[in-house]
Amino acid sequence: MSEPLLKVQNLRIELSLRDGIAPVIDDLSFELGAGESISFVGESGCGKSMTALGIMGLLPEKVGRIASGTITFDGEELTTVTQKRLRAIRGNEISMIFQEPMTSLNPVYTVGEQIAEVLRAHQGLSKAAAWNNAIELLDAVRIPNAKRRVSDYPFQMSGGQRQRVMIAIALACEPKILIADEPTTALDVTVQAEIFDLLNELKRQTGTAIIMITHDMGAVAEMAERMIVMYAGRNAEQGPVEQIIDHPRHPYTKGLISCVPHIMATLNDERHELTEIAGIVPPLREFGKDRCLFASRCNMVSQQCLDKRPPEAIFGDSQRSACWHAEAV
Amino acid sequence: MATLQSLLMRIVYAVILLMAVLVLNFSMMHLAPGDVADTISQSMGGADQEILDQIRADYGLDQPFLVQLGSYMGKVLRFDLGYSFFYNTPVTQLILQRLPATLLLVFTAQILALFIGVILGVISARKPNGIASHFVTILALFGYSAPVFWTGILLLIGFSLNIQLFPVAGMRDVTIEGGFWVHFVDIVRHLVLPVITLGSIFLALYSRLARATMMEVLGSDYVRTAKAKGLSEREVVYKHALKNSLSPVITLAGLQFSAVISGAVLVEAVFSWPGLGTLAFQSIIARDTPTILGILFFSALVVIIGNLLTDIALRFVDPRVGGKG
Repeated sequence: MSEPLLKVQNLRIELSLRDGIAPVIDDLSFELGAGESISFVGESGCGKSMTALGIMGLLPEKVGRIASGTITFDGEELTTVTQKRLRAIRGNEISMIFQEPMTSLNPVYTVGEQIAEVLRAHQGLSKAAAWNNAIELLDAVRIPNAKRRVSDYPFQMSGGQRQRVMIAIALACEPKILIADEPTTALDVTVQAEIFDLLNELKRQTGTAIIMITHDMGAVAEMAERMIVMYAGRNAEQGPVEQIIDHPRHPYTKGLISCVPHIMATLNDERHELTEIAGIVPPLREFGKDRCLFASRCNMVSQQCLDKRPPEAIFGDSQRSACWHAEAV
Repeated sequence: MATLQSLLMRIVYAVILLMAVLVLNFSMMHLAPGDVADTISQSMGGADQEILDQIRADYGLDQPFLVQLGSYMGKVLRFDLGYSFFYNTPVTQLILQRLPATLLLVFTAQILALFIGVILGVISARKPNGIASHFVTILALFGYSAPVFWTGILLLIGFSLNIQLFPVAGMRDVTIEGGFWVHFVDIVRHLVLPVITLGSIFLALYSRLARATMMEVLGSDYVRTAKAKGLSEREVVYKHALKNSLSPVITLAGLQFSAVISGAVLVEAVFSWPGLGTLAFQSIIARDTPTILGILFFSALVVIIGNLLTDIALRFVDPRVGGKG
């Protein structure tokens, strides 16, 4: 079997806070093959975005750092590479779109310039060629009348259109990996569906692998082949999407799935109850302790969960769950 | 097109504003006790009522207020600011002789303060705990709290008397002969201390504001996007962040135009700079109403033009101001 495109092994990311150092990512390992799509799921504060920023080398300066572990991209070790090489990879081979389309574009430059500058920086295109390419890209992300809109400023566009522009910027250099950090959270439901369609279509055309970060199980089912459920900086469960939704092996995954409402034509008795996961993600100072961090919210908790961090149990060929009671879930 | 139209509207408003300023100035001068007749009689060593009345009749000061106001406004509309009681020359001519010196001082101080202030702000925002950052904080405290005339006198003692680096007063040395460059260097030498004095307050303001806005902008989402694009540090800071942090500084600089003019009066007094400030000072002492009104008119004009320039500059920096949309 050939090497995967991206291989993350035993990654640990630490944040220095006022009360000390907190491991916001604690012993995370996963692999991403070329053209594959994978989803990170979990509540806010579980370390999904930190994983993405860690891969991009964009952790908050002086606060966050990769403490141990490796990130291997296409045979190259990203944790030790120079800033210059990292810049050559960012936006070119690995690119990222963000949660807030309203504020992620620079308000004082035209969208065309913001697309064209990536092409100039990484592909060495001339001003004119980059500009023409920007028009084609706007057309590819289905912004009508691209030739005219290319010289618009972000404030002249809607949220959905701005996110399309962000996608155009991210895909300009045909990256091998696209990281999408909650790309539709700030958008209307109808626009969300359009953005997912667009991402899926572009993925088919370009063969870009997608890392999708979300807290929406519906989005996972639509977008990804494999999923990683994160809790408090740790991998709770990972495996093929269908297999996990069919039979989750971690109480947290089970909770997340039963939070999603199912639309039915008629209300009847068979409608299953919407449940919530009681409690909240533990505070950062709890992170890194040698026990199951989900224990405080879990209805299957036993003494073992409080004493020792659970190892990963493997189900089938690729489903892994970090739970002492995985068999019983 | 829309931009041109809104600029034209701004100019129309500016003219209306200028008229209002004229009426207000004239009324206030009229309310103040004493007039030129008093000054003239004083310099003659006293005069009786008959002569005072005669002087007032000569200058039209015996007319009712509204008549005086009407005739003054009528003249101003024909670009005639009247005759100076004291210097016996047309006010317009008098002011136009002095205006270039003040504009030179004010614009040099403003532009240098803006330029250096923004650079200091950017440097200190990139390293909030660095030496440059502490320097800006101290500079801001000093520049803003030290009175202009005090700074000016200290500089004079330091760099004109103790170390004789710069001339003590005036704008040029009349004994110097030579070509254009000789005179240019001479004026620059005279300009240094007044510009430092006047610029220090504004430098304090601008560097502080530039530092604050730059720090905010550097933490913004679109700067993160620029980094995620793989752009160089230089492009991220000077292309993406700087342009966004300029708007507040330019706005403040525009507001400061009025303060610059009033600050210039003090600075000109300290350095005997032959500008409008010195003229204003002398004509207030002499109760030379037409000259004072003329100076106020020109200051209002400079402030209004300054604001107009600010508006145009903002349009260049931020497309969301005016323009299409």
